[in-house]
Amino acid sequence: MLLQRFLVRLLTMLVTLFGVAIVVFVVIRVAPGNPIAMMLPPGASDDDVARLRALYGLDKSIVQQFFIWLGGVLHGDFGTSISLRQDVLGLVFNRLPATLELATVALLMAIAIGATAAILGARSRGTAVEAGIDVASGATLSIPDFLWGLVLILLFGVLVPVFDISGRVSPELDLPFVTQFYLVESILRLRFDLTWDLLKHMLMPALALALPLAAIIAQLLKQSLKEVLDLDYVVLARVKGFSETQVILREALKNAALPTLTLVGVQFTFLIGGTVIVERLFSYEGLGNMAIDAVINRDLPLIQGIVLVFALLFVLINLTVDMMYALLNPRLRHG
Amino acid sequence: MDEARIARRGLSPRLWLAGGWLLLALLAAIFAPLIAPQDPLAQDLMLERLPPFWLDGAEPGYWLGTDSLGRDLLSRLIFGGRIAFIVAFAAATSACLIGSALGLIAGYFGGWADRIISRIVDVWMAFPPVLFAILLVAVLGTGLSSVILAIAIIDWTRFCRVIRAEAMSQSRMDYVESARIAGYGRIGIMLREVLPNVLPSVVALLSLEMGIAVIVEAILSFVNLSISTDDPTWGSIIAEGRLSIHQAWWVLVFPLITLILTVLSFSQFGEALKARFDPVLR
Repeated sequence: MLLQRFLVRLLTMLVTLFGVAIVVFVVIRVAPGNPIAMMLPPGASDDDVARLRALYGLDKSIVQQFFIWLGGVLHGDFGTSISLRQDVLGLVFNRLPATLELATVALLMAIAIGATAAILGARSRGTAVEAGIDVASGATLSIPDFLWGLVLILLFGVLVPVFDISGRVSPELDLPFVTQFYLVESILRLRFDLTWDLLKHMLMPALALALPLAAIIAQLLKQSLKEVLDLDYVVLARVKGFSETQVILREALKNAALPTLTLVGVQFTFLIGGTVIVERLFSYEGLGNMAIDAVINRDLPLIQGIVLVFALLFVLINLTVDMMYALLNPRLRHG
Repeated sequence: MDEARIARRGLSPRLWLAGGWLLLALLAAIFAPLIAPQDPLAQDLMLERLPPFWLDGAEPGYWLGTDSLGRDLLSRLIFGGRIAFIVAFAAATSACLIGSALGLIAGYFGGWADRIISRIVDVWMAFPPVLFAILLVAVLGTGLSSVILAIAIIDWTRFCRVIRAEAMSQSRMDYVESARIAGYGRIGIMLREVLPNVLPSVVALLSLEMGIAVIVEAILSFVNLSISTDDPTWGSIIAEGRLSIHQAWWVLVFPLITLILTVLSFSQFGEALKARFDPVLR
């Protein structure tokens, strides 16, 4: 049952990725700008143009181009970046860890803030504290990450300059890293000075991404907690003499978390989508920032590669959440 | 029932505040040439980076100060509202029309139509929306119509998903069955019976989408891909403010406040409308 569900999802996922590949391919090829012209110095001969077009395969029909590209992708060859003249897959893998670290830190912050607010609200249900949390989460939810980023830049970059608002790491530092997972590696190497520097750069963009999601978690988890708190077994725990906070943490939370978990999975893809502009805002050297440069430079192979990697990330997250939900939900497990 | 009534009473002042701000901003945008104290494009290097009126060194007539080229910030914000509202109304309405039509078809007819439309929605949801928007505007060429078109092309899925689900549940209701027995055609039922019942959700989403469209336009302006660089937009003022943040904070603060108030108002307005139209809450 579970396996069948998994295989169906996997197939849907492949169809979706194929669709994304077609859409991005078609969209960027109707672009009027000529990427070849931008690579050549003014006054280049027609022969030079033709030679470069052939080199990048732009002289073939669009259907041929698509299948040549797709064949390459299936062999792990995403082509060569026009503006950076490097292997696309190498460039993407070089930047992806920075984005994954940022998104993960943001997700953890969202869960921490959202769950704290939810527990606080459920504990003091019916009071002004709960009403305050409702109003705050409603407003926080309506303001998107781009605006939160600007607010944080003003507050903690200018007014009280405690955090860095530009870049991923201080440029003067000597980095001993062999991978691009700087944060993970700095912890593993016990270089906590570098960990702190990385976090000082990461916290503001991560918080900008985390706040809208934290508000959603606060609302939904609080609602689920309040429903669970009226059930018999929770009342029993209360009768046993546990305090309200203990009751929530020990008894209610694990049963109230499932709907929130599903939602967090879907919302995590939105959060990753948000890294594109937030990385730009904070000059953070991740995949999204590179994507915007690629679009501005009309770097077709690089745009294709980045969009496909983002899409892959999205469908993988959805698949994981779906499977986790099926595993954790007893009704589906035995269904 | 009690809770719902309290919720509605609680929304009321918020609805008035939200509606009031939107009306004020809209009127200012419409009558911009009459209201704006200065020419929004006039540069004067003698007047560069003037602070807002309550600080030392402010000039009369330049209420919110000037940017690094000496252009009046308040006038630029007022004129920037024109593009923001045009994009909000045009893009949100287009996305709404495309998405609602497809959602209604998918939800009411089901079968193959539903399967194809749902697959397309899946594909669309696998794109990072901001990157998709930037890519589309780069392809379509910068300009007002490109921005509107790009937002409509990306955000129709928001309407499609909600309307599809609503139409699906509505089409299983008794009244649809009665209409069918009474001899109405399928398209007739869809338009005359199902559509009016999904309309409240459409209206609420439309208001939300207007706020989203304003933000997307600001993001596109921020990466310098929206309207021509001459016309003031809220996003281009923010981009300028981000660069001169340490010399002139007001160039970032005022457009940021304007954007936040506008987005909050659109979303509160949408929520309030939904509560008003929702038969369960009413």
